[in-house]
Amino acid sequence: MMTEMREPTADKATANDTVLEVTGLDVDIRTPRGTVRVVSQVSFTARRGRTLALLGESGCGKSMTAKAIAGLLDPVASVSAGRAELNGVDLNQMTAKQRRAVAGPGLGIVFQDALTALNPVYTIGAQLGESFRIHRGANKKQAKAEAIDLMRRVGIPEPETRVNSYPHQFSGGMRQRILIAMAVALSPQLLIADEPTTALDVTVQAQIMALLHKLRTEDHMAVVLITHDLAVVAEEADEVCVMYAGNVVEQGPVDTVFSNPTHPYTKGLLDSVPSDAQRGEGLSSIPGSPPELNKIPSGCVYQERCPLVSAICREERPVLRETGVAQRAACHFSEKVSSAKVSTELANSFEEENR
Amino acid sequence: MNTTPGGNAENVLEVKDLSKTFHVSAGAAGTKELRALDGINLTVRKGETLGLVGESGCGKSTLARTLMMLEQPDSGTVRFEGQDPFGLRGKELLKWRRRVQMVFQDPFASLNARMTAGQIISEPFATHKDMHRGTAAKTKRLNELLDLVGLRATDASKSPQEFSGGQRQRIGIARALALDPDLIILDEPVSALDLSVQAQVLNLLNDLQRELGVSYIFISHDLSVVRHVTDRVAVMYLGRIIETGTTEQVFDSPLHPYTASLMSASPKLDPAQRPVQRIVLQGELPSPLDPPSGCRFRTRCWKAQPICSAERPEKMTRNESGKIVLGMPGVGLDNAEHLAECHFPVSNPAEAGLVRT
Amino acid sequence: MTQIQEKPATQKTVKANATQRLGRPSMFSMLLRDKFATVAAVILSFVILLAVFGPVLMGELATKQNLMFMNKEPFDLSNGWAYILGSDSLGRSMLARMVVATQTTLLVAVPAVLIALLIGSLWGVWAGYHRGRRESISMRIADIIMSFPSLLLAVVVLFVFSPSAANIVLILAITRIPIYMRTARAESAELQSRTFVDAARTFGTKPNAIIARHVIPVVTPTLLTLATLEFCFVMLAESSLSFLGIGIQPPDVSWGLMVAQGRQYLQTAWWLSILPGLAIVVTAVAANMLAAWMRIATDPAQRWRLTLDKQTKKSLTTVIKDTK
Repeated sequence: MMTEMREPTADKATANDTVLEVTGLDVDIRTPRGTVRVVSQVSFTARRGRTLALLGESGCGKSMTAKAIAGLLDPVASVSAGRAELNGVDLNQMTAKQRRAVAGPGLGIVFQDALTALNPVYTIGAQLGESFRIHRGANKKQAKAEAIDLMRRVGIPEPETRVNSYPHQFSGGMRQRILIAMAVALSPQLLIADEPTTALDVTVQAQIMALLHKLRTEDHMAVVLITHDLAVVAEEADEVCVMYAGNVVEQGPVDTVFSNPTHPYTKGLLDSVPSDAQRGEGLSSIPGSPPELNKIPSGCVYQERCPLVSAICREERPVLRETGVAQRAACHFSEKVSSAKVSTELANSFEEENR
Repeated sequence: MNTTPGGNAENVLEVKDLSKTFHVSAGAAGTKELRALDGINLTVRKGETLGLVGESGCGKSTLARTLMMLEQPDSGTVRFEGQDPFGLRGKELLKWRRRVQMVFQDPFASLNARMTAGQIISEPFATHKDMHRGTAAKTKRLNELLDLVGLRATDASKSPQEFSGGQRQRIGIARALALDPDLIILDEPVSALDLSVQAQVLNLLNDLQRELGVSYIFISHDLSVVRHVTDRVAVMYLGRIIETGTTEQVFDSPLHPYTASLMSASPKLDPAQRPVQRIVLQGELPSPLDPPSGCRFRTRCWKAQPICSAERPEKMTRNESGKIVLGMPGVGLDNAEHLAECHFPVSNPAEAGLVRT
Repeated sequence: MTQIQEKPATQKTVKANATQRLGRPSMFSMLLRDKFATVAAVILSFVILLAVFGPVLMGELATKQNLMFMNKEPFDLSNGWAYILGSDSLGRSMLARMVVATQTTLLVAVPAVLIALLIGSLWGVWAGYHRGRRESISMRIADIIMSFPSLLLAVVVLFVFSPSAANIVLILAITRIPIYMRTARAESAELQSRTFVDAARTFGTKPNAIIARHVIPVVTPTLLTLATLEFCFVMLAESSLSFLGIGIQPPDVSWGLMVAQGRQYLQTAWWLSILPGLAIVVTAVAANMLAAWMRIATDPAQRWRLTLDKQTKKSLTTVIKDTK
């Protein structure tokens, strides 16, 4: 029952390990007041056997990015620029039919809300076996056998009897396991996990994260983990993209980014996590709240909450540039971040938020 | 927010053997009993923050609702500064209501969208008419409250939809403060908020406590937040409090295997704080309709022995030399004591893989 | 972050802009923003004016028989303006009869609807808030009333007592109470479990005060919409009673009675029942549209829709269509 603490995968990545390459991705939402850019110039690479985290608060565009890659955007939203290449083939150029052929063997998705992602009127076996029948032409019996096999793999007890149960007969953690089973049914090369443990309790969260880790190492999948939880990123991911207001503000290896952040937002977030050192004192917090998507300022997206702000930040949007080994940040003053006080104490934060 | 434990600080709230059973219909089988609270004992001292930790379904929300008199307990006593609120009627009850207030988890559902922020915050005055007589006095108090939680006077005329989640939670806090309570029950007050906003609200709560001397019961499933804000912690599992102690005791050297696994399972940002070995519990919370016999945690416990299913464990503690001994009989009320209900408590943090030996 | 949270951003955008531009709009300006509601309001005001002043202006004309003008077709100006809507088998002016009938119709329908609305909703809200035995007993009573065919009940009662307008109002009101009760109970039962109601309980607020402050404002728009639909039903029920001879008694006249009386001439003189029938429908539809507007105008979360200018509204509709 005790497991050794996992160490993030240490082996160095090579070029042919690349599974997913996203370059300059823009996603727009059409609104009555014109188009709003919810994802702007996002680029990252997901590699075999490694986990990439998209980290950010609600509304930062991390889920939109995932949906754009998976082709699950709402009709009001569309990819207006950029490429998302799965093994060198641009997913955005595909027809719906080609996309369906890729879904399953190429890419699997785990959603946050396991109850709504499962159809309540079909048995678990039928839903798990579906992809085998579609993609592998399996018959009913084979599909059921495969479903039982999958359930065993994701750690559902007594799979032979539970295969005929309906989604509501499972607990939240078990449903999440089933969703993961569905996503990995055809051993995809890329697994996108959108807040897979947000709705779960901490002991169950640990089980699910351990399962994801096991599957990743066994199948050498590339995992894109979407989350708002810094601690989960710190423990599970190899690389991280910190997103704010639709933009990647900092990216790089988790260890480097978390120990030496070069964007004031990343540093502000890290400082906001309650830690032992500050017990009984005020937490440092970032003043204000993220901008509404239609009111993203020109210039730097973070200027309204940033203590380092100066004239150039209001005029020119900083681009991602090298700030360390494999680390990049979009800030005019990355060098100052480590020494600067990037978060404010309580007193003046009220006024800021009210503005 | 941290007062030193021990000493003779006055108890604001004392709860003894509080039990609450719900009857849920189980189809053709008639009704089944759900023991949401099963003999709860706890105390809250003046000006301190008691953390209540547990997974969903462990009964912590039922406990909060029962303390707020939104549910009637089946047995047990609640004493608020020596008074039993369930025995109060009429004016006396209204007076008691002023002293204990609650902040709810969901900053969206807990505010009536048809009212303005000002109407919401001053809603308690409509019931407690004698508190601030006249419109001028009410407006003055409203402005005080807005100022206290960091909102502007002009915000009073806005409707809840015009605020962000963090600001809405400030409105909820202002409403709870309106009647000058001595104890506020905070039911997951920051779990619906983004990290950067969460810190603002926690700071606000901390400042209010320092300024007003109010006591908190802080319910949360987020261990890092609980560790940051609380003085003492009670851990709940299936309707029982299975471990109590000061925050340091419970977090740094947990006695109960369940507490140890909670500490072990929660992800840590700082690599230095991560456990050497991670305890991954098997299975999930058993159905509260059909709780295990004896120790309730035994179905998931890695230390379980035959005796665990046969006998309900006594309260155990760790003495000064680090030995596990029987806790003082009939207690659990003594604040300073670190107690756990377990036949085989964790002898030291290293045993649970929490620290390197 | 999920789909659900990000989508409303588009709506929020519009909402924020709309409120910024206009602040909190007056009811009148919101009425003018909705064309259908404006038309409906005009029609209803006209009907009410007719009901108040009609009998004074045209009372005499309505009873004047003229056998020279029997069953004249409508829209024929050669018969003079009084016969613009044709005439009945006794040569009475349809126009005048309809105008006079407005008052009787409204005097039966409006009180019947209002009484049922008031009793049914208060009872339903009370039952739904308290749940438990109060709820089950109330709902059984509602079931008993509902399981009786309301017209049969009316026939029995009106045969035993005299078929006066007051009795018609009473019987129509009683048989329709359960309709409001059910809706009010369902909404109130849902509302009483909301967190803001719990919050009010924690201040020690009394149940009746909570009902008044938190429940009634929320259920009222739904119930008003229901009432406008019921308005239509009650007018038709009254016409059925009149048809059976136990409704409005001649020489009084109501739209329902006119429909009933004209039915035997449907082959030869369609206008005798079609025109009063049309009056019923137009009034009911107008009431309904006004209720739909009121529903939005009284809801702070929806109100911004009525502050949009034409162009914004148009583009919003396309966005919503695209989403589907």
